[in-house]
This record gives sequence, structure tokens and C-alpha cells, in this order.
Amino acid sequence: MGLDIRIPIGSLFVFLGGLLAGYGLLSNPAIYQRSLGIDINLWWGAVLLIFGLGMLALAWRAATARARTEAQ
Amino acid sequence: MHPHAIDWTILAVYFAFVLGIGAALKRYMRTSTDYFLSGRAIPAWITGLAFISANLGAQEVIGMAASGAKYGMATSHFYWVGAIPAMVFLGIFMMPFYYGSRARSVPEYLKLRFDEKTRGLNAISFAVMTVFSSGISMYAMALLLNILLHWDFTTSILLSALIVLVYILLGGLTSAIYNEVLQFFLIVFGFAPLVFLGLKDVGGWHGLVAGLREVAVSRGFAPDAWTSTWSVMSSPSSNPMGVEWISIAMGLGFVLSFGYWCTDFLVVQRALAADSMEAARRTPLIAALPKMLFPFLVILPGMIAVASTLHGGASGLALPHKADGSLNYDMVIPLMLGHYFPSGMLGLGLTALMASFMTGMAGNVTAFNTVWTYDIYQAYIRHGASDQHYLNMGRIATVAGIGLSIGAAYAANRFNNIMDLLQLLFAFVNAPLFATFLLGMFWKRATGHGAFFGLLAGTAAAALHHGLTLPAGSATGIQGGWIAVLHLYASQMAQNFWTAIYAFGVCFVVTVAVSSVTRPRAEQDLKGLVYSLTPRLRAAAGERWYARPTVLGACVLAGVVVLNLIFR
Repeated sequence: MGLDIRIPIGSLFVFLGGLLAGYGLLSNPAIYQRSLGIDINLWWGAVLLIFGLGMLALAWRAATARARTEAQ
Repeated sequence: MHPHAIDWTILAVYFAFVLGIGAALKRYMRTSTDYFLSGRAIPAWITGLAFISANLGAQEVIGMAASGAKYGMATSHFYWVGAIPAMVFLGIFMMPFYYGSRARSVPEYLKLRFDEKTRGLNAISFAVMTVFSSGISMYAMALLLNILLHWDFTTSILLSALIVLVYILLGGLTSAIYNEVLQFFLIVFGFAPLVFLGLKDVGGWHGLVAGLREVAVSRGFAPDAWTSTWSVMSSPSSNPMGVEWISIAMGLGFVLSFGYWCTDFLVVQRALAADSMEAARRTPLIAALPKMLFPFLVILPGMIAVASTLHGGASGLALPHKADGSLNYDMVIPLMLGHYFPSGMLGLGLTALMASFMTGMAGNVTAFNTVWTYDIYQAYIRHGASDQHYLNMGRIATVAGIGLSIGAAYAANRFNNIMDLLQLLFAFVNAPLFATFLLGMFWKRATGHGAFFGLLAGTAAAALHHGLTLPAGSATGIQGGWIAVLHLYASQMAQNFWTAIYAFGVCFVVTVAVSSVTRPRAEQDLKGLVYSLTPRLRAAAGERWYARPTVLGACVLAGVVVLNLIFR
């Protein structure tokens, strides 16, 4: 099927990861009493961001490989 | 629970992506095969994750967490015994017939292998069942959103129905599959931190085990009843499930598990969308890898919550009580989301929950529109129309299926008993199914008459067994014993497992008996449909050894044996 699913998944997680990590940096530390003193937004946001970038990288690699075989 | 702007933003972004995926896929939906079977063009890792996700509705997530609290580690039997072996069997032994016969649905396989009436029986009961399952999923979601976010019933139902409708209408099965994969990652990323924080709160694994020992002793069981899987299964009275090992192994592990994973079109449809025979066979095997680890994601939160409630976690997490004084186990996941997640993560957790509700619904709708269009409409109402006609019918069936689900959700809201009754009836219909498929695929002598009357007899046996037995402490009626009470089971779960065992046994015996006295089909008509008449599959050229279904299947089974041993 024409649409590489890694593109929407990657984009969504990059977006959500960025949003969470950004919020984690800016939000009042008092809200992290719930999460046992861990800034879970920042840390988990960073994990989502890395996962999203990884997905996009895989999609990009597949697209360039496809372009190369088509060119040959 | 008080979500803030950031949480709503996360939910809104997810909705936008879901609809965007549908819109992006619209231009690929040209034929009915594109719409109902994704053009049989999806790679195995995607169909594999969709296979597992289609089953991972929110009721499953919430229900498994609740069981984790109620029964402890033994709940993992539903994964390690009640799912993985059947998934491996499907991939290695059954998929060659489903995919190889080019059947477009499970009922259509029955038509090819047996006859029209067996297909009709299966197609109609399946279509009705999917509509009600989707309605029940909607109803459960609306109830939960009402408690958590104070949304009203109609708003929740219409909003979720509209989103699911739009994305399936646009992108068909592919849309459903893509969103299932998205949901898989959302559930994993949304719940993993919950488990981490919960475990940290109760003092790590050792703290959890100590807490669960107290839970077990306080309820009159051996101290390890909440932390072991097999060692407490010697008799129904030694574990909180009220079952013994033979009903776990036979009822859950064999009949119910194989009956669901190997014959339910909702999951099998994902494998039929795969781009090759190898990919179709790998689909349930790839799905089994994460499935094996899901107990740590969905059962562990329940164990943490119940240990914390009794033992007292550092942060004071405690399950609420119901009106009758018992603990409200269904609140495990919502409670923990609100307790541990600050704004931001809360939005991600809620989004994961919403996503699993919606994919649960969408899975049923895509299975319904296919069975309706191919196995009911094309078979009995309008034969031989153009492909475009059936594509349009699929879209109409999508709208109608969602409309009927909404009706079912309202019915569930008004008449709770009717839904219980329907689910019971479906259980009777489903219980014997695996016997029919097993004989159909591995015994060339099995006939259409045998299959049809075997199914009817198996269903009747299930109903009869239910009518003659009762779980201890229950009132006669919907719980059983409505004919006479000949036997008392320690729990409803034990009764369910034995109902399945009897239904399977009777279906098997009757199918064999009737087949022996009716005329079998000519062998050349059964090529590709029956094991002994189908040439063995050779490894595809260039297939790496570790990607072979048998190798993958053996690894999965070895993994599951190890897990059972560690948590015995």
C-alpha cells in the first residue's frame, strides 16, 4: 500500500515527544509530586522523540532505497 | 481526574492523525480487494502488530488489569496458555489453508471446504456478534469517559463513532490496520511508565511480592497464590480463580484459545491482508512476540494496585469500593492514570485508552463489512454484480454497521441483562467452532453435513451444560442452572471452561459420526483446503532461516515455556 506507515507513526511520536519534553522543561516542578518526584514528561517525552525519529529514519532509508532501485 | 490544555492537545493531535491517515489512504481504495483485504499488500510486521492490536481493545486492557488485581499472576494464563500456542498453530498449520485457498474471509473458507449452509451459519452469527461487540465496546467507553471526564453518554458515543466511521469509510481495512499499529505503540508508550512508577511506589518487585503475600493470606490462600501461575492450580479451592490445571489446559488453553485465535475472522482478516503466504504465516508469530510480554504491561498494574490497596504504597494508591463493599477492580487503570501521571503524561495515557476503544470498535466494523458484503450480500442477495458495486456495498455496510453498533450501545445502556444474555449465546455458538476447523483442515473425510450438524450439536451441548450447572454462590438464571442444578463449580470461570470443553467434544464426535455416514467430496475439490491433499510449502527463495515460520514458532514456544517456568 502506497503510504509508508512509519511516516505517520514517526511524525506523531516526534510531535508528541517534543510537546511532552517541552512541557516537562517549562511546567511547575510541583506537579511531579504525583510521579514520585520524576519529571516524567521530560524523560518520557525524550524517549518518544527518539522513537519517532527512529521511525522516520527507517522510512527515509526505505524511500531512498526504493528511489535507487527505480533509478537503475 | 482533571486534564489540562496540554492533555486535550495530545488527544486532539491523535484524532487529527487518525483522520489524516484515512484521508491519505483514500486514493488507494480502487477495488473491493483494496477495501476489504488491503489489496493483500501489507508487510508482515504491520499485519502482525495489527493482529495483536485488534484484540487489544480497551475492555481487554481494563479487564486484564482487573483480573490481575483479582487473581494475580495466574491471569497470565490468558496469554501464555490461552493465546500464544494457538497463535503459533495458526501461523504454522492453518494459515496455509486460509491464505492459500484465496478465501476472502473465514466463512468463505467454510464454504470452499464444506458447503453453503455451514458458511451461512458462521457468517450470520459472526456478523451479528461483531455488531454487538462493537456496541458493547462503545458502551464501555462511554461509561468510562462519563466517570473520568464527565462527558455525557451520547457525546462520547457519537464522537467516537464519527471518527471511526470517517477513517474506515476513507481507507477501509488498511486504515483500520494502520490505526491498530499506531494504537499498539500508544498503549506500550502510554502504559510502560505507569508500570514503572507503580513498581517504584510499592518498593520494586520485592515490595510487590511482599504486598501480594499479604493479599493472599488475608483472603485465606497460600502466600504465593497471587504471584504464581501453576503451583496453585492443583484444585479449584487453592487459587482465587476457582479453577484447576486441567480446565486451564483443556478449556482455556485448547478449546477457547484455539477457537478464538484460529477461527475468529476479526484477527484472521489481518493476516489475510499480508503481501505473501510467508508474510501471512509470520503475522500471528510476530504478534506472539509482544503478546508474550503483555502481562507485564496490563496485568502488573492490577497486581500493583491491589498490593498497594492492602499493603499501602508509599503514595497511598488505593482502589475504590463498590456500593456492595467489594473492591472496584475495573478502576485499576483509570485510577493509576490519575494517581501517577501529571498533566502531559495524563493526556498520553488517556489517548492510549481512547485509541484502544476506537480500534476495538474499528476491528469489528471492518470484519463486519467484509463478512456482510462477501458472505451474506454477494452469496444470498445479489450475486454476480460488478466489483464497484461490492465496494460501494462495503461502504454502505460500514455506515450501517456503525449505526447498528450505536443502537447496541444504547440497548446495553438500557437493558444490561440483554447484553449478558447475548454474550452468553455467542459463547455457545463459538465454543464448538474449533472442532469444525480442525476436522475440516486435517481430516479429508469430514463432510458439510457433518460440520453443520456438529456445530449445531456443539452449541446445544454448550447451552445444556450451562443450564445444568451453576457457579457456587450464584442465583439460577443467566449464571446457569436454568434447567436444573446437577453440578456446582467453584467459579464462573471454571463453568465457562467446562462449557467449552463439552461443546468441543460433542461437536467433534457428532461431526465425525455424521461425516462417516454422508458422502464425502471428491478429493480433487479439496486440494489446498485439507492438509493431506495439499503439497507441502517450500521455503521461499531468499528467505532467511530465522524468518521461517517454523523457526519463529519454535522460538516463540520456547519463550513461553521459559516464562511459565520462571513464574510457575
